[in-house]
Amino acid sequence: MGLVSRGAAAAGLGAASAVVRPGPPDAVPHPIPTPPPESAALGSSRMPGMVLKAFFPTCCASADSGLLVGRWVPEQSSAVVLAVVHFPFIPIQVKELLAQVHQASRVGLAVLGTWCHRRQETEESLGHFLEGLGAIFSHEPWLQLCRERGSKLWSCKATRRQVPPHPGAPYEDQVMLVFYDQRKVLLSQLHPPAAVPDRQAGDATASAGGLAAVFDTVARSEALFRSDRFDEGPVRLSHWQSEGVEASILAELAKRASGPICVLLACLLSLISAASACRVFKLWPLSFIWSKLSVCEQLRHRLEQLTLVFSTQKAENPTQLMRKANVLVSVLLDVALGLALLSWLHGKDRIGQLAEALVPVADHVAEELQHLLQWLMGAPAGLKMNRALDQVLGRFFLYHLHLWISYIHLMSPFIERILWHVGLSACLGLTVALSILSDIIALLTFHIYCFYVYGARLYCLKICGLSSLWRLFRGKKWNVLRQRVDSCSYDLDQLFIGTLLFTILVFLLPTTALYYLVFTLLRLLVVAVQGLIHLLVDLINSLPLYSLGLRLCRPYRLAAGVKFRVLEHEAGRPLRLLMQINPLPYCRVVHTYRLPSCGCHPTHSWGSLCRKLFFGELIYPWRQRGDKQD
Amino acid sequence: MEDEQSFSDICGGRLALQRRYYSSSCREFCLSCPRLSLRSLTAVTCTVWLAAYGLFTLCENSMILSAAIFITLLGLLGYLHFVKIDQETLLIIDSLGIQMTSSYASGKECTTFIEMGKVKDVVINEAVYMQKVIYYLCILLKDPVEPDGISQVVPVFQTFTACDISEKVCLLLSSCFLSHLGAVWPELLPL
Repeated sequence: MGLVSRGAAAAGLGAASAVVRPGPPDAVPHPIPTPPPESAALGSSRMPGMVLKAFFPTCCASADSGLLVGRWVPEQSSAVVLAVVHFPFIPIQVKELLAQVHQASRVGLAVLGTWCHRRQETEESLGHFLEGLGAIFSHEPWLQLCRERGSKLWSCKATRRQVPPHPGAPYEDQVMLVFYDQRKVLLSQLHPPAAVPDRQAGDATASAGGLAAVFDTVARSEALFRSDRFDEGPVRLSHWQSEGVEASILAELAKRASGPICVLLACLLSLISAASACRVFKLWPLSFIWSKLSVCEQLRHRLEQLTLVFSTQKAENPTQLMRKANVLVSVLLDVALGLALLSWLHGKDRIGQLAEALVPVADHVAEELQHLLQWLMGAPAGLKMNRALDQVLGRFFLYHLHLWISYIHLMSPFIERILWHVGLSACLGLTVALSILSDIIALLTFHIYCFYVYGARLYCLKICGLSSLWRLFRGKKWNVLRQRVDSCSYDLDQLFIGTLLFTILVFLLPTTALYYLVFTLLRLLVVAVQGLIHLLVDLINSLPLYSLGLRLCRPYRLAAGVKFRVLEHEAGRPLRLLMQINPLPYCRVVHTYRLPSCGCHPTHSWGSLCRKLFFGELIYPWRQRGDKQD
Repeated sequence: MEDEQSFSDICGGRLALQRRYYSSSCREFCLSCPRLSLRSLTAVTCTVWLAAYGLFTLCENSMILSAAIFITLLGLLGYLHFVKIDQETLLIIDSLGIQMTSSYASGKECTTFIEMGKVKDVVINEAVYMQKVIYYLCILLKDPVEPDGISQVVPVFQTFTACDISEKVCLLLSSCFLSHLGAVWPELLPL
């Protein structure tokens, strides 16, 4: 195609067309043919054609001259500098320190080269001295970084002593300096996490790709950063903590106190779970009620979460730690909001006002329902109903409503007491209070639920009858064994009665369908209100507040990746880059650290819901909500 | 060394491509997108406010006018912060990776860095947009699970351009990529 030929002509290389290739957006292009493996595996210590990358901590840029200590990653041809060892030092002691750190952290540290921070112009002797150090600490390649005091000009050299693996390769490598903030890289966590090599399985391998290896190296070398310049150790180091080890009294106290507190709370929680698993609660009426109430579900969920948080086992990986922290913050916020609600409810006798308002509201709803039924018994929306069936259904529902009103009036003296005690449960959390509210709504609209069930059952029966008799009308029947419609020869009287019944059912259909429609709409309204409350409860349950707070206040802790900035550059000098942490976007924070919610999601899709509504099957949107008899 | 060229995008706006050469292993391409035109801003604002005034004369409720003002302001802020890209930068560092930065009109900067080890291939994709065909540069990422598979197709520039830029940038990217693989290519023609 024109594009490829133009590309090939411009490049002057026939094989460039393998790279530049047009295609429809969904075409899978062929991969670049890989070079033969021998050429890629030249020597164990270097990738040909790769620039040597020196990762240098910004805190050491103003440190005095000394030795560079860090890790060499041969696969990426990068040297991660962790600290600078200052003069005077004894080489044996430096090697001992490196061996100690290697044992503690399983990171293969070595002396990578020398660092020269020139104060005056006349320090040539220092330069020669530093070059001589290359003989004591042999390392391939030997890095020599040099900086004039007060200037931004750096010079870097990386020399090799060994014969280069293939002829024509230079004795010196080109060096690229990448500055990184040691503290931020140490504390941050990459997402998605690279596979962590087994700590027991020897040195940390660079199987983690590229930059993840740098992060891994810095994070594992904490043992190197434990001493600061006030320590009287044999070797003087410069790193991010050399001005003073970071510590906080509150954090230390919290760590000490958390042990006994966790043990105590874990015992308490295990007692509570043992009590709730007691045999008494498995008996039929209680177990039935427990399974229906959403409060019990919420309490069980919270108990599980608290058991997780206060378990005496330490978190195995950072994800578990974040989950624990998120759960703790979520529970604390929940309880705080609940206490605020409690204080609002119990102030100014609001509970009394609520109780007084409840019965008139229930009365009003019942009255509205009565009006609705009277309207249905007349000529609703101008439609003509079958008078007899209409009257029967209408009177039946009216009587049911009358029973319900009497029941509410019977309960009215106790309502304030009940509400007061129920309001106390808000101290367990706002989610518990909302679940109780949802349950109260379910209880108060129980009559609407009953009407819906009666209407749905009638309608369902009618539809079943109609479909079966329609098949009879056409001379077919439903074969249960084969699960299909088969033809069938009926007797004359069967046909006669069947057709008669079919006609009756068809003409009674509008009445039943109208009642079903009205009560289904009412039921769906109640379900929608309950659904909103459940959504709010789910939101409070599953939002990872600690992670969001961390992302807001300490964005470097949650890293999606890195970003580079090219620093001031002069021709002939090595390229200097600044590596910064690219924080995770908020939506990914929520997605990664979302807490599991109760699991009460609707099980139907919209299509199946419509189908069930059409055929009159009962819908249970959240959980099994059967008949509840008080 | 810097170099500037101008092109036009699919809507006829003027794009400027700046090339910066930091060293033999580091290059930057900077694509400046057309600014927000006063004409379109005025047109949208007038339409929204006229509609609001029309509703106001029907409903006699002054809340509609305040709501229209809020909607216009919030809409403009949202557009500047989330949609309107001012400048797109592509930084190619040999043996480290490729960095793509989008700066929005409100000052927000969105950066993505792709390590060289994850890049499988660089392609130019064609897409049919309304009545014309546009070309855009894409980077294919390796699938960690399947060695021959592709896990993601990442478009380099959000602003879909005519073919010219894509080809040149693609050739440069491919040269860096191939040198990383160990093959030895002569330096391409100066771009």
